[in-house]
Amino acid sequence: MKIRRHQRAWSAALGCLLVPAVLSACGSSGTSSSSKPHLVLYNGQHLQTTNSLVQAFEKKTGITVAVRSDDEAVLANQIITEGSRSPADVFYTENSPALEEVNSHGLLSKINPSTLAQVPPQDSSPTGHWVGVTKRVTVMAYNTAAVTKAALPKSILDLADPKWKGKIAIAPSETDFQPIVTSVYDKVGKAATLTWLEGLKANAGSHVYPDNESMLAAINSGQVELGVIEQYYWYRLGAEIGQAKMHSAIAPFVVGDPGYLSGVSGAGVLKSSKEQAAAQEFVAFLVSKQGQRIIASSDSFEYPLVDGVGTPKGEPAFSSYDPTPLDVKALGTGATALALLKEAQLL
Amino acid sequence: MSQGVLERTSKCLRTSRAASHPSRILVVIGWLIALCAVAPIAFLLSQAIAVGWAALSAILFRQLTLTLLINTVEMTVLTTSAAAVLGVGAAWLLERTDVPARRLLFVVLLVPAAIPDFIETFGWVNAAPWLRGLWGSVFVLSLATYPFVMLPVIAGLRRVDHRREEVARSLGASTVRVFWRVTLPEIRVAIAGGCLLVALQLMAEYGSFEMLGFRTFTTEIFTAFKVGFDSALACALSLVLVVLSALVVRTEASVSERQPFGVGSEVVVPHRLALGWRRWLCLLGLVGLALLALGVPVGSIVSLLADPGGSTLPAASLWGAVGHTLAYATSAAVLATAGATALGLSSYRARSWLARVPSTMALVPLAVPGVVIAFAFTYASEHYLASHWYQSTPLLIVAYTVMFLPLALIGVRTSLAQVPASLTEAAASLGAGRARQFVRVTLPLITPGLGVAFALVFLAVLTELTATLILIPTGATTLATQFWAYQSSIAYGQAAPYAAAMIVLAGIPLALLTGLGERARRRAP
Repeated sequence: MKIRRHQRAWSAALGCLLVPAVLSACGSSGTSSSSKPHLVLYNGQHLQTTNSLVQAFEKKTGITVAVRSDDEAVLANQIITEGSRSPADVFYTENSPALEEVNSHGLLSKINPSTLAQVPPQDSSPTGHWVGVTKRVTVMAYNTAAVTKAALPKSILDLADPKWKGKIAIAPSETDFQPIVTSVYDKVGKAATLTWLEGLKANAGSHVYPDNESMLAAINSGQVELGVIEQYYWYRLGAEIGQAKMHSAIAPFVVGDPGYLSGVSGAGVLKSSKEQAAAQEFVAFLVSKQGQRIIASSDSFEYPLVDGVGTPKGEPAFSSYDPTPLDVKALGTGATALALLKEAQLL
Repeated sequence: MSQGVLERTSKCLRTSRAASHPSRILVVIGWLIALCAVAPIAFLLSQAIAVGWAALSAILFRQLTLTLLINTVEMTVLTTSAAAVLGVGAAWLLERTDVPARRLLFVVLLVPAAIPDFIETFGWVNAAPWLRGLWGSVFVLSLATYPFVMLPVIAGLRRVDHRREEVARSLGASTVRVFWRVTLPEIRVAIAGGCLLVALQLMAEYGSFEMLGFRTFTTEIFTAFKVGFDSALACALSLVLVVLSALVVRTEASVSERQPFGVGSEVVVPHRLALGWRRWLCLLGLVGLALLALGVPVGSIVSLLADPGGSTLPAASLWGAVGHTLAYATSAAVLATAGATALGLSSYRARSWLARVPSTMALVPLAVPGVVIAFAFTYASEHYLASHWYQSTPLLIVAYTVMFLPLALIGVRTSLAQVPASLTEAAASLGAGRARQFVRVTLPLITPGLGVAFALVFLAVLTELTATLILIPTGATTLATQFWAYQSSIAYGQAAPYAAAMIVLAGIPLALLTGLGERARRRAP
């Protein structure tokens, strides 16, 4: 008798547990019945940037957008594995190599010429398969208690100098690092780039971070003195933790230095998408005046690519910087940078 | 928990003329489940073969691989040893001495078992950002994992006949000598079983080491996927990890095979060692351990909850994430437990390899990183299912089930091995069919094992991140995905409620286990 009662309680418990599972399964398989198109956005860009854009787009067009966020390179891998049956309609990334990689598998449609015309041609795909959406500048972030402005290095190449041993941080697996490596490679060639990477690795020691966010947090809290990031990370951290807790500052390298560059984020339409028109409409929205104004006024702190829509709050005008624009064609899929990083045993 | 125990016990049972002939259907089901479980390995191998040996050896035989190997082995050995010392020390004090407040301390010291490792790390890193690298990792993770040694050792100490210790003591042996020569050999199997769980967990851990800035095979496999568009590199590294884990499993099995003394079957209330004034010192030590393992991380999360700060990230629904997490974790836990039961039934006490092999095969996915399994599912649904079910709840749950079936199997097999064959034989002789034997005899006896299986899988799904991000239905979130979205953007204030919710949900299986354990103990005499 005892056993039987026990058993009944157990199966009742199992029953209770299964109900929510079944309900959730039904919930997610139910498709929306509205006639408006529905888009799936694979988002490798920061949520701050994407979210306000998506909301405004949905409000304006009535087209719904489901956002799937992950690291841009994981999503690129995922789209390539999914192949011609990818559920994604639009792919929006933080850097251009992820888009170039997907495009090299022939998975992107051409962007409408009217969309491409909104932004400077050098900031979009050389073949017209994706359009640039935002831009940013590479800068040094340094802890103000540890380093004075006068003691800052002039060039990114100086960071390999032994005098910075134990003082700098790197995030070699961050996709933002590849453009920097490519830029150094273009300037000094393969052998010198490798020596430079070895020096960086030796100087960083255990201060190797998985991403720019955690690297900047470590610099700001004084774990380490200096690192190279893109300018918007610093403004975003300030908005996140409050100005009172900011113990760091940013500064660019000297003009013409391979560490003083600007890069773009971009978006492309998947060839396999069954909603080509709506997907093109979404991408066009990203570079429209309205979309660019949202970028300029949101918490993203990236610069809009279109002129005349304002500057993110608290940031100097983009024209106050003088970076070398990174050639998206030279950057390509990032294969050169990756090979160098592997050879230096950083990846 | 220990497989060594399983193997030994089932060996005894096997030799006692109790060999069973599981029904053919069950064996077929067992093979189907096992084939599903090893399918991701086939994906790994096919990717590795596609790359070719030359490229593969260039990836494998280089400085970084050696560094990772040293890192992973060093960290696993040091952390597991530290966890073993903490776990055994705490267990011995709680079970064999008159240290005050034992019952309360037992519960408090057990709670970190239900806190996901990366939440424990999150709490610590937030409180002490200078904790980094090898020693930081050893410190934080031994605090997070020692309960997995403490729990089986306490169970072991309760089973062991303590009168042998008293005999040794009466013959003039010192406390230390008694512990080394008598107690330790008897609980060796329990320690090895606990260490196995800890070591496998550490080798598969991703989040904690990302936060602590320590590179292991698992973090690097994820990085390879993340930056390189390089699944070949990831697959090559995963194969090394599979081999490493197999070595750990093998070592544990060999330690557990040599059990010196018989285990007392009688439950005897042990005589506790009077520590005198030293009991207060020991109390201080245990309270200190509780403070480090529970106080600091939980305190740090609570302080974040109290002062969330501003944020640039969009707010998300905590309740939506709780709902999805609960649904996924319970369904996968139920499915994995059911699968493990079928596998266990088809293989336990079976003589033929045909029936035994599947349950060994199904252990393999434990060593394969989640991101690899997820890509195997993506690949399979693209190539064989025409992308039907892709990124749907059912497929996600199946993926979880495959990933965590080994955990369920470990839980189920232990208790299956303890079902006396005589009982099912008696039922059979009274005319009960196989199904009836199972429902009326076996099932009630293995309920505690099912509870353990359910709890282990539930906890694992609760904290899974990398496979979830790839396979979850678009638009759905879990506690882990939201926690990571915020944590990786340094929005610690916004991440904190998700950490707290995970701790609360993780308490469910812990309470379930404690409840089942209590019931079993009450029924024992």
